[in-house]
Amino acid sequence: MTEAEKIRAVAEDARPRLPRGVRLVHNEAQGGFVLLAPERVFKADAIAAEILKRCTGEATVGAIIDDLAATFAAPRERILADVTKLLGALADKRLLEL
Amino acid sequence: MLAPAEKLPTPLGLLAELTHRCPLGCPYCSNPLKLDPRADELDTATWARVFREAAALGVLQVHLSGGEPAARRDLVEITAAARAAGLYANLITSAVGLTEKTLGALADAGLDHVQISIQDSIESSADRIAGYDGAFAKKRALAAQVVRLKLPLTVNAVVHRANIERVGDLVELALALGAGRVEIAHVQYYGWALENRAALMPTPEQVKRAVGEVEALRAKHHGRIVIDAVVPDYYAKYPKPCVGGWGRRSLNVTPAGRVLPCHAAETIPGLEFWSVREHALADIWASSPAFRAFRGTDWMQEPCASCPRRHEDFGGCRCQAFALTGDARATDPVCHLSPKHAIVKELAGVREEAEYVYRR
Repeated sequence: MTEAEKIRAVAEDARPRLPRGVRLVHNEAQGGFVLLAPERVFKADAIAAEILKRCTGEATVGAIIDDLAATFAAPRERILADVTKLLGALADKRLLEL
Repeated sequence: MLAPAEKLPTPLGLLAELTHRCPLGCPYCSNPLKLDPRADELDTATWARVFREAAALGVLQVHLSGGEPAARRDLVEITAAARAAGLYANLITSAVGLTEKTLGALADAGLDHVQISIQDSIESSADRIAGYDGAFAKKRALAAQVVRLKLPLTVNAVVHRANIERVGDLVELALALGAGRVEIAHVQYYGWALENRAALMPTPEQVKRAVGEVEALRAKHHGRIVIDAVVPDYYAKYPKPCVGGWGRRSLNVTPAGRVLPCHAAETIPGLEFWSVREHALADIWASSPAFRAFRGTDWMQEPCASCPRRHEDFGGCRCQAFALTGDARATDPVCHLSPKHAIVKELAGVREEAEYVYRR
């Protein structure tokens, strides 16, 4: 990974939201959740969909992690790693506002 | 015994060519040389039905294009119909003829994204390429309004010999306009671009420099703007997986309602296209002769038929194979494995300081 490709840090007090032009939708024909973006479509796996559903601009990253840890009875550190990696990568692609 | 039929793919995108009318005359326009007349254009209700059928088929995004889509007086109703069908609505516009009032109404109707074409970073050159005085200023003004409305903006810049030295300036211009994404699209030689090929063709040195510059800009602006580059395929080693594979990811509806696997498909003689006026979209996708003609890999000849890359690039582009070799089943001659590859090398070396044949 080069310097330029390094994924940005995600603060726990940020309130992530999908910007206008980016929508998470469920589509039977495509077999699950997809993230619709400007001239791009990303398949969202089950974990990504659970994270993205919570990116409403209201909940903080910390609260989203707590919620997911409680809902799925998983260790907080693991959830934190998944969440910050996904949100950082999406923000870099301008698919998420932090 | 027959092998089980391959599962029919699910399309992702529909290119809706609402009209072929356009105030600009870009010499690389991908519209066909023979344009659909206004009198043949589908009406609002038919487009709404097509969008509902597309969504039922699994299509996620509709690209409202043309021509200039704003030449349609019912663009707002059409956009609302796309959203009502559950589709992501993307407007591909020249920005000329699209008023601020209409753009505001489109935003209210749920438009998801706007793509504006920019012909060059220098006003006089941009207007000359577009064949329209004042186009550049209109584009800048409309881009500003897109950003004011908080709609995401993509700048599309088609590059060729007259502007390729300024790919860096074009990316900077896109950033200054507030775009989140910029497409640096080297001309693909179909339609009007094929007519103007010798006038548009860059030199190998220009192409090499532009490709390197875009790579450097991508690193420099990482996280600020997404740069998507369409490679200049006459200089490529392997062909592009045209439209993600014939009849696999997308479909294109012409202003008059013919459904094509790609926007240039009508250049291939002998293909039978079905129209949304007579058939449901799902039937056309599954059964129309044009979609079945090159779907999958059964139609391939060597060297494609046994090539390990055949499921990646699908033999390249059928229209280009036909245009350059006379055989639509041939390997796209862009591929270095094509026995006709020398044609591409030769054409890439043909440059003329000719006047453009503007698209009219």
